[in-house]
Amino acid sequence: MNKPLRRVALACLLLFGILLLNANVQQFVLAEERRSDPKNRRVLLDEYSRERGPILVGTQQIAFSTKTDDELEYLREYAAGPIYAPITGYYSFIFGAEGIERSEREVLAGTDDRLFVRQIADLLTGEDQGGGSVLLTLNPAAQQAAWDGLQGQKGAVVALNPQTGAILAMASTPSYDPAALATHDGDLLQTNWDLLNADPEKPLLNRALRETYPPGSTFKIITAAAALESGNYDPDEPDIPAPDVLDLPLTDAVLPNQGGASCSSDEQITLRDALRISCNTAFGQLGMDLGAEALLAQAERFGFNSTFEVPMTSAESVFPTGINEPQTAQSAIGQFDVRATPLQMAMMIGAIANEGVVMAPYLVQEVRAPDLKPIDTAQPEELSEAVSPDVAAALVSMLVTVVDEGTGENAQIDGISVGGKTGTAQTSPDRPPYAWFVSFAPADNPTVAVAVLIEEANVAPDDISGGRLAAPIAKAVMEAVIGR
Amino acid sequence: MTATVETGRTGGMSPSGTGAGPQERRRRTTELILIVLAVAIAMAAYAMVHIARDGALPASLPRYAGGLLLLALVAHVAIRRFAPYADPVILPAVVLLNGLGLVLIHRLDLGAADNAIARGNPIPSPDAPLQLTWTAVGVALFVLVLLVIRDHRLLQRLTFIIGTIGILFLLLPLLPGLGQEINGSRLWIQAAGLTFQPGEIAKLALIIFFAGYLVVHRDALALAGKRFAGLDLPRARDLGPILLAWVASLGVLVFQRDLGSSLLFFGVFVVLLYVATERASWLLYGFVLFFGGAYFAYTQFGHVQNRVELWLNPFPADPEQISESLYGLAAGGILGTGLTEGYPERVPFASTDFIVATLGEELGLTGLMAVLVLYAVIVERGLRTALLVRDGFGKLLATGLSVALALQLFVVVGGVTDLIPLTGLTTPFLSYGGSSLIANWILVALLLRVSHAARRPAPPVAPAGPEEMTQVVRL
Repeated sequence: MNKPLRRVALACLLLFGILLLNANVQQFVLAEERRSDPKNRRVLLDEYSRERGPILVGTQQIAFSTKTDDELEYLREYAAGPIYAPITGYYSFIFGAEGIERSEREVLAGTDDRLFVRQIADLLTGEDQGGGSVLLTLNPAAQQAAWDGLQGQKGAVVALNPQTGAILAMASTPSYDPAALATHDGDLLQTNWDLLNADPEKPLLNRALRETYPPGSTFKIITAAAALESGNYDPDEPDIPAPDVLDLPLTDAVLPNQGGASCSSDEQITLRDALRISCNTAFGQLGMDLGAEALLAQAERFGFNSTFEVPMTSAESVFPTGINEPQTAQSAIGQFDVRATPLQMAMMIGAIANEGVVMAPYLVQEVRAPDLKPIDTAQPEELSEAVSPDVAAALVSMLVTVVDEGTGENAQIDGISVGGKTGTAQTSPDRPPYAWFVSFAPADNPTVAVAVLIEEANVAPDDISGGRLAAPIAKAVMEAVIGR
Repeated sequence: MTATVETGRTGGMSPSGTGAGPQERRRRTTELILIVLAVAIAMAAYAMVHIARDGALPASLPRYAGGLLLLALVAHVAIRRFAPYADPVILPAVVLLNGLGLVLIHRLDLGAADNAIARGNPIPSPDAPLQLTWTAVGVALFVLVLLVIRDHRLLQRLTFIIGTIGILFLLLPLLPGLGQEINGSRLWIQAAGLTFQPGEIAKLALIIFFAGYLVVHRDALALAGKRFAGLDLPRARDLGPILLAWVASLGVLVFQRDLGSSLLFFGVFVVLLYVATERASWLLYGFVLFFGGAYFAYTQFGHVQNRVELWLNPFPADPEQISESLYGLAAGGILGTGLTEGYPERVPFASTDFIVATLGEELGLTGLMAVLVLYAVIVERGLRTALLVRDGFGKLLATGLSVALALQLFVVVGGVTDLIPLTGLTTPFLSYGGSSLIANWILVALLLRVSHAARRPAPPVAPAGPEEMTQVVRL
């Protein structure tokens, strides 16, 4: 009987071999896939069982975890929730996470590879240090100023340091309280979620980052940049045709000035004056003279038609391709299909303030281990050179003129030279225009660049203009950064 | 636990009285050291549960450590007294498994208590103290078996009585009033406030019966009928036993809804038939009958179809037992989450059918593989015993016990890890449950009894006269 017995012994070994192999498949090969299965509640329970690291602005914790006595051990809480909601996002045990809570999930949860050494130490000591913390680039005074300025209106503000790309303020209204989605009460959470999603005002939408709007006259800066970059124009040469009404080729339509006004008595204007008074006909003609390709190239050098990770992914600002002459004229003044995020417009004005160099925008200044030791610090990164330093200097000078003696007078700050540009984009007669203001200060050594967008405000449509609604907010934010 | 290597010291191979003395080949001291190590490992794990959870050693540690060590020593002394030549590695492996099982069950008790407190429910009574009690009963029966059955061939004489007992035990749960249906399976009897799974004892009785029956009838069964396509066709009347075993297994499946035991009974019988007759063709008939029966069960029973569907698609919209098991294994990864750091209580029946999922989650792939290797050591040691023992009944008995262990483990671990459809069996020594624990301690006692016979030196040959030059060759 020994011959079959030996075979049986071998077969049993084989069975154990198969079990061992399968255990390896389940626990090693397929483990990652299983852990990322959205139906797998273990990952979530595990995250909630460790103290999630805080999100910091300066020394203030704007998001932090407190111990509970329910199944989910830690509750996420938010200081000044609605003000920072577009940045922090929320952390919900049913609906996942958004914003920094999502983008920096692994750091906050303590599972990031950069915390590996610490995880090993935890493994050996049996202690759990919790997650790392994330320090944001935000300036609390600027964020508060942006939030205060937007109250009662629908809109967004982005302020950044033009020399580094660090985002100093990012506000969006109407907002929401992330605590409403962090609650551990399942029924309440579902109710809050349904309410927020059904709200026609879209409070969950980060308008500064995730929504695009027609940039209107603020886009004229890009058209002016393209003109100066071509080398054929001088800011102070009165060589730009500025008819009272611009005939658009191929159509019966015409392009008028705001309110049917005339730009110049002799229908010729300098680039500086055209920008100062925001002359539509001059920029429409300039756009057709430069051509759609030149405008497209210039817009893309400023960041149009791409997305950015701040680390949340921005919406893509659009400059259309394959457009004809009248469409080019309209696009040159920020109409037709041109759309931009407030972030994009802040990057654009920031690049001009930064000698033409576009800096990559970022929100995370520093990632810290649970013991607060920095494990990663943001390094400013150049994205592209949008214009040459000479052209940038010329544009700065022209934009200072706009604020000093043009449409941007509401953004003047005593004793500080400010550059800026208004925008009032009328898209259809049914809805009020979008009011924009983009600016930077101080002009000689810019430390802040701002874009303000007002989507809707409680004023008569005729009273809506970038200069009137948006410029004061931009001014307040700039003052907050400069320290006035 | 696999560190001890026995260097070619196999019973019967070296002539007695020369070289290694009988004292040395007993290796009882090795066994003692390994047992102490096994208890130390298990109790270190027990301490870790509390250090990780409360940051302090538990007050119950001396009780558990002392209890487990005492029981292991009792078993060890019993072997020293009643089966001094038995394999020295099997008992330590069993002690370690039993100890680890206690730790895992205790850890699940704590999890259940925490959950109950969080939900404001009354705290369920813990399982671990009961498991320790059952271990004591198991060890007592282990000692009793070694004490009473001084020679395994005694069982051969009782083949038919034991067979009858086995069948009776198998049928007990079907008796109205006595039988209990729990979780859809009718495997339990209730008496004197205790529930018991007589199938576990029936398993042992049937293995003894198979061995006793086959050793007598092996020659008849091995007689070839006609040859066809390279296969020996058995004579029609010799098909009787295998068909009977097949029908009985199907009966277990149909009337008790116990897929696992059904597979186990039939599998062990076919393997024994093969070993007894040395005819591979029996394996083929076994396979055909098995898959035929499996297909029949699949077409007839909803719960079987359900198991097969969950096997093929273990992640339905609403996570099931098997999904949670696999999530747990994935969460454990290579090193495991650490004791008390995982969520094994999310798997229904974590302490019984799914104890391997708890093991894999908290002790990781490393822990699971170590435990599988422990089982492999026991099984292969058992099969080695079968190889060495001289009598046919002993061979078949040791084979049956070892193969039953291997098959049971394959079925339950394979089910929990989604290798094969889930069938619902306990994991020997690890799972919570008195019936299973007691039956498996008896199984080990029987195996060690045969092992003692296999490794015992043969009685000295009568001294040969100087004029006789014939050499005695022992095999």
